[in-house]
Amino acid sequence: MAAVQEIGRPGSRRGARVERRRQALIASLSVPALVLLLVLFAFPVLRLMELSLDAGSLQWYQKALSENLYLQVFWATFRIAAIVTLASFLLSYPVAYLLATTSDAWASLGFVFIVLPLWTSILVRTYAWMVLLGRNGVLNRILIDLGVMDQPIAFLYNEVGVVIGMVHVLMPYMVLPIYSAMKRVDPTLIQAAEGLGAPGWRIFQRIFLPLTAQGIYAGCVLVFILSLGFFITPALLGGGRVVMIAVLIEQQVRETLNWEFAGALATVLLAATLVIYSLTRGLMRQSVEESA
Amino acid sequence: MHASAPGRGNPRELPLADRGPSDRASSWLVIEGVRKHYGAVQALNGVALAVRSGELLTILGPSGSGKTTLLKVIAGFEMPEAGNVLLGGEDITTMPPARRNIGMVFQNYALFPHMTARENIAFPLEMRGKARTEIERDVVRALDLVALGGLGDRFPRQLSGGQQQRVALARAIVFSPQLLLLDEPFGALDRKLREAMQLEVRRLQQRLGLTTIFITHDQEEALVISDRVAVMRGGAIEQAGRPPEIYERPANSFVAEFVGESNLLLGSVATRRDGYVEIAIGDGTEILAAGDEPAGTRVAVLVRPERLRASDAAEGTANLFRGRVLESVYVGNSHKHRIRLDGGRELLLRTPVLAGQRAPAVGESIAVRFAPEDAHLFRQE
Repeated sequence: MAAVQEIGRPGSRRGARVERRRQALIASLSVPALVLLLVLFAFPVLRLMELSLDAGSLQWYQKALSENLYLQVFWATFRIAAIVTLASFLLSYPVAYLLATTSDAWASLGFVFIVLPLWTSILVRTYAWMVLLGRNGVLNRILIDLGVMDQPIAFLYNEVGVVIGMVHVLMPYMVLPIYSAMKRVDPTLIQAAEGLGAPGWRIFQRIFLPLTAQGIYAGCVLVFILSLGFFITPALLGGGRVVMIAVLIEQQVRETLNWEFAGALATVLLAATLVIYSLTRGLMRQSVEESA
Repeated sequence: MHASAPGRGNPRELPLADRGPSDRASSWLVIEGVRKHYGAVQALNGVALAVRSGELLTILGPSGSGKTTLLKVIAGFEMPEAGNVLLGGEDITTMPPARRNIGMVFQNYALFPHMTARENIAFPLEMRGKARTEIERDVVRALDLVALGGLGDRFPRQLSGGQQQRVALARAIVFSPQLLLLDEPFGALDRKLREAMQLEVRRLQQRLGLTTIFITHDQEEALVISDRVAVMRGGAIEQAGRPPEIYERPANSFVAEFVGESNLLLGSVATRRDGYVEIAIGDGTEILAAGDEPAGTRVAVLVRPERLRASDAAEGTANLFRGRVLESVYVGNSHKHRIRLDGGRELLLRTPVLAGQRAPAVGESIAVRFAPEDAHLFRQE
């Protein structure tokens, strides 16, 4: 009895030892994943950074940050990522709401449709979009047959096509965190607001939206950061005319074999991403604390 | 006193739920014939209830008795299938909750976690489009009313359970609602705090003259806090009355056993004479009790454990029982004993803790008695 109590008490010496051993055991379980990350992720990234410095010179960084062409690529990348994030959010919020408020059976059916695209190759999906969005594609045919348009609209090989394709691929990453935030909202809070005299839109604006802000933020960060590094969709649907940073990096590595410059571009992208992430996180914290 | 009580022994004639036109006129909230079912469960089975202006009425019942459903119907979160709810003379049965002007404290308080106490309390005022200065003034007043003066800028998670409770209460009364609903608000508090909050809520309610409906399954709480208590079972109201009526003159054996501890002896009236009846309870025993039921009526006799006295036989033989102490518990302000009578029946006895008086010990033989006026009779159906 006394021994049990002693182990249970964190202050006691034996309790502390048991606790330490338990934590060491748990930590040891993450060693394989850690090793994998180190070998396959941290090492190549550091190696690329090292290459980009090119024996101590910053010339590749200078090139990336001063030449107009490359600055434009960065700008286009961040702009497209922002548009994709916004579009995904606007489309996903109602979907998440529907899933969070419908019966369990309908919700699980809905989830199949949300998650199904994730099980399909991104390549297949992108080509499918080319079939749908092409000059003589399904969408243009329908629009012309209905008499809405008399000329086909150029959806492909421009930003519109890239955004459509990227939103499709990335929407699940927006829906899921928002859905889980909505599920965490206590329904009695909505009842309470109703009982206190709030009309529906005020309940949404003052209670539901702020309480799901964390989920929106998580979804947006996820989609935005994934967008920044997107490669296949902009490469195929952009047809070489929409150059995002990942496409540029790939060109440097594959076509011009300029690993140093590719490394510099990648490092700038990583740094910019981290800066944006930390800035928005700070803002988010503040707004959650102050919001009312 | 018991003999002169109106309609004693017949629950239908007790001053029940104030039905009738004159009562309806003086009542602030009137519930008529309200029915509601979920699937096969009849949650509300024709509830009728009238609450007077400024009164605190407690709805007391075990879980599943329909009391929370009734509260939701009053608040507007559930629509009854039949019946009406009238508040201040207006039929609000189908009115949406946002327009009802009813304050409610939820079981889990339902404070908005992203708002400070002050913002929570300001919320109903903002929804009513009040001016900023007015809101400011009313919120300060409400915070003072619940003694939370300095804590307005804290978030709910930074407040203790009791403090959260006060914020919820302030938020429910700040807009001067027509009715205040409290849904088991003290369930999560420890006993001491719960008792303090009960008295505080009662004081506040009386000071503001707020018509209040309080929901609880705790019979002690119901007796302490209420002007009147309505006991619910199976979606209907079994009895409504002032706390002493409910405790001392329950309408039936359900109310008798749900509110407080009880000894219930079943039998039928053998003889009736001068406001007293003799009741045969089987095994050849007869009980003398105040009452005027005709001979042959099947009745139940309620004797509360504290109305029994351990006694020697010298005082006569009426209502005297002999037996053995089966179990004895010390509960601080009294002793509780379970007694097995010679006939096999069991009785509960409470004895006060007094200097120089020894409590009966387990295994001892004992005689207990009660005065005919300390028994309460009601008809058995």
